[in-house]
Amino acid sequence: MPSNPTKLASLFAQAQAQIQLPAGSSSSSAAPSPNMADSTAPSLGIISYTSGSRDVHCSPQKLKRRQMQYGPLLHPSYLYASHQAKGALPDPVEEEPPLFYLLTTYISYLILIIFGHVRDFFGKRFKKEKYQHLIQQNVGLPLTSDFDSFYVRRLKERLDDCFSRPTISVPGRYVTILDRESKDHNRTFKFTGTTTDALNLSSYNYLGFAQSEGQCADAAEEIVHRYGMSSGSSRAEAGTTDLHLETEELIARFVGKESSMLFSMGYATNGAAFPSLVSKGCLIISDELNHASIRFGARMSGAVIKTCKHNDMRDLEHLLREEISQGQPRTHRPWKKILVVVEGLYSMEGTMCNLPTLVELKKKYKFYLFVDEAHSIGAIGPRGRGVCDYFGIDPREIDILMGTLTKSFGATGGYISADKAIIDRLKLDNMGYVYAEPMSPPVLGQIEAAIRTIMGEIVPGEGDERLQRIAFNSRYLRLGLKRLGFIISGHDDSPILPLMLYSPAKMPAFSREMLKRNIAVVVVGYPATPLVSSRVRLCLSSALNKDDLDVILRACDEVGDMLMLKFRPDEHPRWKLEDIIRKGVMDCKRDELED
Amino acid sequence: MSLHDTLVYINTTVESISAQFNRIPGSAIILRYVRSSYQNDPVRSLLEFCLFLFAVRYFLASKYSVAKKDFVKLSTKEVDELIDDWTPEPLVVSLDDAAKAEIEKIPVIVGQTGPKVKLATGKAVMNLASPNMLNLVSNEQMKKDAVSTIREYGVGVCGPSGFYGYQEVHIEAEKAIANFLGVPAALLYAQAFNTISATIPAFAKRGDIIVADSACGIAICKGITISRSTVRWFEHNDMEDLERVLASVQKEFKGQPLTRRFIVSEGLFENVGDICDLPRIIELKAKYKYRLILDESYSIGVIGKVGRGTSEYFGIDPNKIDMIIGSMANTMVAGGGFCAGSEYVVKHQRINGNAYVFSAALPGYLAKTASTALGIMATSPEMFTQLKQNARAFRDVINKSQYVYSPSDPESPLIHLRLKSEVLETRKIEDENRFLQDVVDECINNGVLVSRNKYVQSQEVFPVLPSLKLQVTTGLTKKETEKAAMVVKAAISKIMAKTPKIKR
Repeated sequence: MPSNPTKLASLFAQAQAQIQLPAGSSSSSAAPSPNMADSTAPSLGIISYTSGSRDVHCSPQKLKRRQMQYGPLLHPSYLYASHQAKGALPDPVEEEPPLFYLLTTYISYLILIIFGHVRDFFGKRFKKEKYQHLIQQNVGLPLTSDFDSFYVRRLKERLDDCFSRPTISVPGRYVTILDRESKDHNRTFKFTGTTTDALNLSSYNYLGFAQSEGQCADAAEEIVHRYGMSSGSSRAEAGTTDLHLETEELIARFVGKESSMLFSMGYATNGAAFPSLVSKGCLIISDELNHASIRFGARMSGAVIKTCKHNDMRDLEHLLREEISQGQPRTHRPWKKILVVVEGLYSMEGTMCNLPTLVELKKKYKFYLFVDEAHSIGAIGPRGRGVCDYFGIDPREIDILMGTLTKSFGATGGYISADKAIIDRLKLDNMGYVYAEPMSPPVLGQIEAAIRTIMGEIVPGEGDERLQRIAFNSRYLRLGLKRLGFIISGHDDSPILPLMLYSPAKMPAFSREMLKRNIAVVVVGYPATPLVSSRVRLCLSSALNKDDLDVILRACDEVGDMLMLKFRPDEHPRWKLEDIIRKGVMDCKRDELED
Repeated sequence: MSLHDTLVYINTTVESISAQFNRIPGSAIILRYVRSSYQNDPVRSLLEFCLFLFAVRYFLASKYSVAKKDFVKLSTKEVDELIDDWTPEPLVVSLDDAAKAEIEKIPVIVGQTGPKVKLATGKAVMNLASPNMLNLVSNEQMKKDAVSTIREYGVGVCGPSGFYGYQEVHIEAEKAIANFLGVPAALLYAQAFNTISATIPAFAKRGDIIVADSACGIAICKGITISRSTVRWFEHNDMEDLERVLASVQKEFKGQPLTRRFIVSEGLFENVGDICDLPRIIELKAKYKYRLILDESYSIGVIGKVGRGTSEYFGIDPNKIDMIIGSMANTMVAGGGFCAGSEYVVKHQRINGNAYVFSAALPGYLAKTASTALGIMATSPEMFTQLKQNARAFRDVINKSQYVYSPSDPESPLIHLRLKSEVLETRKIEDENRFLQDVVDECINNGVLVSRNKYVQSQEVFPVLPSLKLQVTTGLTKKETEKAAMVVKAAISKIMAKTPKIKR
């Protein structure tokens, strides 16, 4: 799509308009989506979408604030319509670092562990007052044994300053961090009273809808006045409002299913989903890298859980053949049903599930397919409708589409979409519907405004721009970092870029160095990843523009040299930063990202 | 080939192998070591060689083969046939007419919830089905704060607390909760229902012992299941039974390694409406060395002089309760839940509470409105006096009914109504829940929105007794509350009149 010059021009015109006039003033739609409703229709439902902070001539401070949350598009060529390259999904190449780094990583952990134990040994004997919580008191055993908490106390505490940094702003293009310092090695923190504005590569703000103005915040404000903050008891008792039903219908339409159901927390959506779908005598086959919430829900269901290797379709087929033919353990009775659970986009790996193969296997082996689109909905696919959209697969082929609204939509909570018969059943059986508090109405306002923007029903053109910006940003930065010599795992179109660090000491070092350069990143290590593959997870956003990406590339280049992070094997050429910036825009639009 | 040729061939082969071996760096050292250590000891050499072979086999062996004792070996064709034959059950059980009717009857409110609401059917009704007991949902200050927070922080936080989802409003709300309750610290979870399910497994692990009240809600039961701890139940609010269970646990696990032990109870029981005997529990906990996890989802903001919950109600130091779990979605009409306790308890959950670590944080505006609600509550004891009066007024009317009784505390604004056992014996009531649903429908027709207590029996540990669940609110005057109670009472009588008596 962006290769079409006339469309490009119109997009650019809109982008320009958005720099001077804020979003929503242009009238032409860039790429009408098939489901797009008549944009002249006066009423779209409960929310009016007219109230407005969308003032055209705003003060420079206001403009600055707006651009802190969502950066202006600098050139129409900085867009890319996400689509799957022809042919089957290529397995992402797992690049291995030189052996030396793996060895030193193990040695680092060894040193940390030995030091920790030595300190524990002497601490418990000579500094009793500081080790109170580990020593047996009058209420029986301490809450955590020193062994259980060893990792947290001795390893994680050293990098605690890289986590839970408190903020005082929208998690948009920039995030404003409250500066803090610790004088007792991260045990306690004190605020210094200053703040730092950092480029935000850490929030799941994929489409940049985390804004305190614009159509979403306006809708939320309108709903606060009209619906209040809470709709009362559980959905099944008296917590359902007409707005809940409308949003559920909209989500169903957006993802392409008959019906859907909303929950006030994404984690709990999975927690409640599995017990209402499977029970004893059923089998859950779960990808080994599935999120904690899936494991939590699966364990609650009482079904047998087996894991298959991450994204390994051959292993899955092998497991399916074996499980169907062998049946339940010991009794050999056939399984009542088999539910295969995968994620659309894996948040720690940046890999996508192999949906075409899964759908094929599903036809043959008659299992039910549950796709968790927590990170992929909105962020992936030419129309932002997740992995089905990306692979061009009819959503009806998948039994349960689950997703969260926290990420791409800048809201909170989760949904489950399925056939009407299934959703109706869940209204009687799902704990999240029968017991939990319903979604807060202003959140529904945010969701509706975000989805309608993506679908082009309101503020025509903006949705497409957001979708194409994240696709471009992801590919541009991924290519750039690869060319610099970093190991980045995952698929090319993934907006999550895991940059491998390996060594534990490099986690805090990277995070602190980037913060010095006013960039906020998230480092993850054990237990969220295997012990040796600590990483930085860069989450891209439509709110960033190309200048921001170049700033990030420059910072990564410097820090990468400083910390010796350019692990990429030598057969890949290393590029100069200037060349990367010069050629990146063209090169990142090729079907395959090449060095 | 002659014998000589064969010998020459063997000889050259051995020579070339030894030449190759010598080329490997360090081979001479190995050779010397083997020679010196195996001198005149062929048995040792043989044994070690066998051990070496075993080790190789052990490492190469498939890791699958161990677990599959009852694995039936099948040919590919047989497997294919089994796969073709296999027909899974449908993903969900299809709905019968009764179930469809039940779904139809879920009320839909048009616009804002409150003491008086409009339903999608067009009917305007008084609302006794929402936990809006202090009527904060209509409070303008709360709305103002919500809007200003949205205009500052947006709606969502786009990430977990650990990853830049921890905003100043969250810190303020945590402080406000801790100050309000009078404990050192608190932390926020994104959903109230899920809070206790997350807190219990953060502390209790496999092998630990949990002693829990048998009327505890499903969230607690799920938390216990996930923790994999050993659980012992005691009769609902029966302190003698609790002591009996504690004593029996002490006996049962005598001599075994010490484990963590917890008593789990609710403050005001959501499924009953009565209040736990906190002073006695605290006594027993001290005596038997247990920790107490108290779910105050329905007691904070409900009972006590200004709604500080069970500890205030009984005048007990809240620090004696190890973990206090509360909801910000009930009377505080915001959203999310919290766990309050000592600094250590809170800090521990920031890393070990899965629902805290792996879930996006609560939207900032909900944290803010929760703080606002606490501020209002702390300065308005008169709200709680009125709430109690309304609850009493409601009960005074309902107590006259000959068909139902309430197990709830007389002052509790959460009131459950159950059918009396003599009624169940003398009337032909096939399905108690359907009977109660008819009462609910009748109430709605007469302008009062109530609900029966809804639950998923297949998920519950113990059978839940069917009941009507009513929540009195200060948004209605005493007169209106009495009127609503009359409607409920009349509806029960009317439906009962339609129910045939069992003939003896």
